Amino acid sequence: MIMPLINGLKITLKHMFMKPVTLQYPDERPNVAPNFRGLHALKVSHNNAKCVACYLCPTVCPAKCITVEAGEDANHDKYAAVYEIDMLRCIFCGYCVEACPVDALKMTQTFELANYKREDFIFTKQALLEKK
Amino acid sequence: MGFELFGLPMIYYIAMVVKVLVVFVFVLLTVAYATYAERKIIGHMQVRLGPMRTGWHGLLQPIADGVKLFFKEEIIPSQADKFAFLLAPVIALIPAFIGFAVIPFGDTIEVMGYKIPLQIAAFWDQGSNKIVDLNVGVLYILALASVGVYGIVLAGWASNSKYSLLGGLRSSAQMISYELAAGLAIISVFMMSESLSLQKIVADQAGFGWYVFKQPLAFILFFICSLAEINRTPFDLPEAETELVSGFCTEYSSMKYAMFFMAEYANMVTVCAVTTTLFLGGWHGPAFLPGWAWFIAKVYFLIFVCMWIRATYPRYRYDQLMRLGWKVFLPLTLLNIVVTGLIYR
Ligand code: SF4
Ligand code: SF4
Repeated sequence: MIMPLINGLKITLKHMFMKPVTLQYPDERPNVAPNFRGLHALKVSHNNAKCVACYLCPTVCPAKCITVEAGEDANHDKYAAVYEIDMLRCIFCGYCVEACPVDALKMTQTFELANYKREDFIFTKQALLEKK
Repeated sequence: MGFELFGLPMIYYIAMVVKVLVVFVFVLLTVAYATYAERKIIGHMQVRLGPMRTGWHGLLQPIADGVKLFFKEEIIPSQADKFAFLLAPVIALIPAFIGFAVIPFGDTIEVMGYKIPLQIAAFWDQGSNKIVDLNVGVLYILALASVGVYGIVLAGWASNSKYSLLGGLRSSAQMISYELAAGLAIISVFMMSESLSLQKIVADQAGFGWYVFKQPLAFILFFICSLAEINRTPFDLPEAETELVSGFCTEYSSMKYAMFFMAEYANMVTVCAVTTTLFLGGWHGPAFLPGWAWFIAKVYFLIFVCMWIRATYPRYRYDQLMRLGWKVFLPLTLLNIVVTGLIYR
């Protein structure tokens, strides 16, 4: 009974002299994994969002947090007039990205989503457009 | 200084005040920085860094914590017994500090031809050329340890909350049962030194005749029982975050809450000082350092051991705790007394 107790003390003492693995977060930034699921971004091609407003992503979204409203542009093409994601409800499952038939949506490595007001968590199309 | 009061030269009184101030500041600083040291040491034992942001390596953290606690909102439950509610943290805190009055923390020093013993409740009697101290010093410490329990019970009762009441009763049951074993564990020390005076006990341990070598079992039992009595891990059940949401201090906030934790840390310092005095030769040590430095070094080492234990062992369950206290430690201490009596008498 005594030896295991002493062994435990030995282990903790040994750990005291190991190099800490702490990341000093605001000063040092973590490298998130390449397939990390962070904030969404709408991909851009020819200066327009690639999204064709097919409503697949709001359909597949388990949290029902995507709002899409279709509009018609000058060339009579369908486009997303409104595209909003409520980040307070999103569970970052990535289903929306998988469902998209034209590969218009992706998830970025941004994980710092803190904000002061609830309204600021509703990301509009403008906020979501991929930044080059 | 020819001035006298009650037949004693004035310098005795001045020395007394200075000693009280020095010891009080020492304990206060140790308590503040023990919280910092604990976070650092346990952090590193868990391969973390611990506090880093306030000051160099977080050195100003205790001050920041203190300021924060002073400005936190005070909440007193509306149906609580206000007087008892406010009194409880004070009762918990004071005994933790005044225990130091009888602990000899160094050799005598000479000021203006008078020898001043480094122990608050002691003076140099020129007539018999001896240090006169409280001849029941150890009893005084044991008595104080039991007064702290009143703070806990009162806190639990005055909060007007069932959780607090249960928590307070649980904590006091724990403290009282371990107090018994701790008291019995040091009886073998009294038997060997034939005195309850801490000066005499320290004097007996001069030149590495430390009681830890002569009474290793008593030392281990006393130290573990003291840990349980002052609610240090692995016996920190009074906090009981999981089942009683902080037990006796559920309803306490801001500085009143902090006072309970100051009491806990001050108790740890006191217990380590008592253990040093009784078992580790007090202020005795090789002559290249002054006595008080040895004393502080030993106390700090024991504080480190407390934190080391906290980082290592999981918390005991309440029934295990009680079983350990009454069925293991108590018989062992009694056995130790019998064996000491047989061998040394
Ligand atoms: S990640 Fe999941 S929850 Fe979030 S918007 Fe896409 S489908 Fe909905
Ligand atoms: S699935 Fe793709 S194309 Fe369809 S609405 Fe969503 S983002 Fe637009």
